Amino acid sequence: MELTVNGESVHLTDVKTVGDLLDHFGVSHQTIAVVANGTIVARDAFEHYAIHPKDAIDIIRFVGGG
Amino acid sequence: MTFTFPDMPALAIGPYRFQSRLFVGTGKYATWDLMRDALLASATDLVTVALRRVDLNHPDEPTILDAIPPGCTILPNTAGCYSAEEAIQVAHLARASGIGNLIKLEVIGDRDLLWPDPIGTLDATRRLVNEGFTVMVYTAPDPILADHLQAAGAHAIMPLGSPIGSGQGVLDARQIARIKARVKVPVVVDAGIGSPADAAMAMEAGADAVLINTAIAKASNPVEMARAMRAAVVAGYWGRQAGPMPRRDDASPSSPEAGMPHVKA
Repeated sequence: MELTVNGESVHLTDVKTVGDLLDHFGVSHQTIAVVANGTIVARDAFEHYAIHPKDAIDIIRFVGGG
Repeated sequence: MTFTFPDMPALAIGPYRFQSRLFVGTGKYATWDLMRDALLASATDLVTVALRRVDLNHPDEPTILDAIPPGCTILPNTAGCYSAEEAIQVAHLARASGIGNLIKLEVIGDRDLLWPDPIGTLDATRRLVNEGFTVMVYTAPDPILADHLQAAGAHAIMPLGSPIGSGQGVLDARQIARIKARVKVPVVVDAGIGSPADAAMAMEAGADAVLINTAIAKASNPVEMARAMRAAVVAGYWGRQAGPMPRRDDASPSSPEAGMPHVKA
């Protein structure tokens, strides 16, 4: 399905949940946050939060900053 | 030769306790190894981080949290937010990432100066405090605004010394002293410190702590600078405790005026 992930258009198959998406990109499930269509996804919901075509997903992590 | 000082009393910010009064940012370091060495040399126990999108071209790179020494509390910031709504959303993201309720609130009003927007900052402070966050709030060095931020429930007031990353130092230390005289919550000078002298000046003016990033990260030797900043914060703290002498306009001789020997010039 077509998704927008971190502002980039991507075409993915076999991705049904936020957890699948993180695994697809090889992103650790720890100390990150996910926003789906503007709504923050609770950490304990990653594995069952369904992703739909055209969804806009942001995957956020900590970086250096002051 | 080693100088030793008595430990400074721990600084309480909301439910947190910090032994070091030097808080350190994690931006702009050449490498994470260098950052970790500088953080260790600073002896800090509170470090700031930012939140940004994962780079999907390098999604599995190690997280910065792995490079921060154990024992440090993580202080996520809302840097880059230009409205209360944006800052609140980023605070929610920080909490959702699972590292707690501590937030360094920045609501910026101007891209060139990175000057804080006082209206948005006050609004976001009130709302985040109501949501249970421990809010350390970046602000202009305005004593009246500091009053309002404290009344809104801010847990620490963080006046800038000069613009972020400018290294101009504390341009008006009297404003830091005025804020300290008005509020009960800790005062942390947050931006603009460029040298150890600036850090000591901020502490002497009454800051309970200082937050430094660029001055350490962009020093020629960040580890040595981190160590120097640590010493400066301690010197400034104990210098203030010791009660500096009053300033005067004219000279006052340190040697006795009486009993001068008669010598022929």
